[in-house]
Amino acid sequence: MSDLLTDDPLVIAGEKFGSRLIMGTGGAPSLEVLGRALAASGTELTTVAMRRVAAGSSGSVLDVLAAQHIRVLPNTAGCFTAAEAVRTARLASEALGTNWVKLEVIADEVTLLPDSVELLDAAEQLVNDGFTVLPYTNDDPVLARRLEQAGCAAVMPLGAPIGSGLGIRNPHNIELMVQASSVPVILDAGIGTASDAAAAMELGCAAVLLATAVTRARDPELMATAMRSAVVAGRLAFLAGRIPRRRYAKASSPPLDS
Amino acid sequence: MQIVINGTPHQVPAEMSLDRAVLLITSSATGIAVAVNGEVVRRASWPQVTLAPGDEIEVLTAVQGG
Repeated sequence: MSDLLTDDPLVIAGEKFGSRLIMGTGGAPSLEVLGRALAASGTELTTVAMRRVAAGSSGSVLDVLAAQHIRVLPNTAGCFTAAEAVRTARLASEALGTNWVKLEVIADEVTLLPDSVELLDAAEQLVNDGFTVLPYTNDDPVLARRLEQAGCAAVMPLGAPIGSGLGIRNPHNIELMVQASSVPVILDAGIGTASDAAAAMELGCAAVLLATAVTRARDPELMATAMRSAVVAGRLAFLAGRIPRRRYAKASSPPLDS
Repeated sequence: MQIVINGTPHQVPAEMSLDRAVLLITSSATGIAVAVNGEVVRRASWPQVTLAPGDEIEVLTAVQGG
């Protein structure tokens, strides 16, 4: 049992990670708070966005990640078309020296839901370009299958809209994706608190990706600690196998006359 | 001539090279990527790229997000 606590790596495209918690960096009040939260989370893989260089900006999220030896995963946040996302992925690759990308193609600013048609188009182009593509997708098992067939290294369904903290709105679909997928299914977006992260892992997700739930918590460092424990607890519960749900009681003590 | 860097017009000498133009925005040596008129230009090629009037240059870096 203790082996599973220390040696149960997440494997994406042949690369091993000791933590099944992938962190985002958006929303933190300062780089200092972010750094402490990332350290508490135990994450080994963390997303960043690509934006125009601002004149006179000091300190970089990249320095925070480098200091903790956390692998950087650029995203294509803010892109609305496949063409924009492909260009952003190429710029990120040039800037950060990685061919990994969290592929986001958003439909509109109100829902921030993925545009499935543009997403699949961009995924196919980037896979053909040699990228390791981790697409942020709707909780649609059929689309997940198409993304896997396109050569994506993982599929990352939302539990609920980005930043909503509404948890996992359709656990049945997440479970269907886990059962059908031969690449890691990573629950991305919608996590509100530790029980949501544990629930994702209990459904069989290979990992959880979250940002807002930690960075906008009253105490980000403490919430990161909670998320770290929740992901481990959920993973162990999944491996242990939950008991069947019953309509009526089943005594756990032997009957009096035995 | 006028070029546009990250959405802001700049008056620069004619035939400025891309590496000089990037220096107007940042002196950072790492974590930067550049596109000219939507096409990514690798860092090694910056000195060889001569800019033309009206060129639109994007200089990007990693920020908190996702």
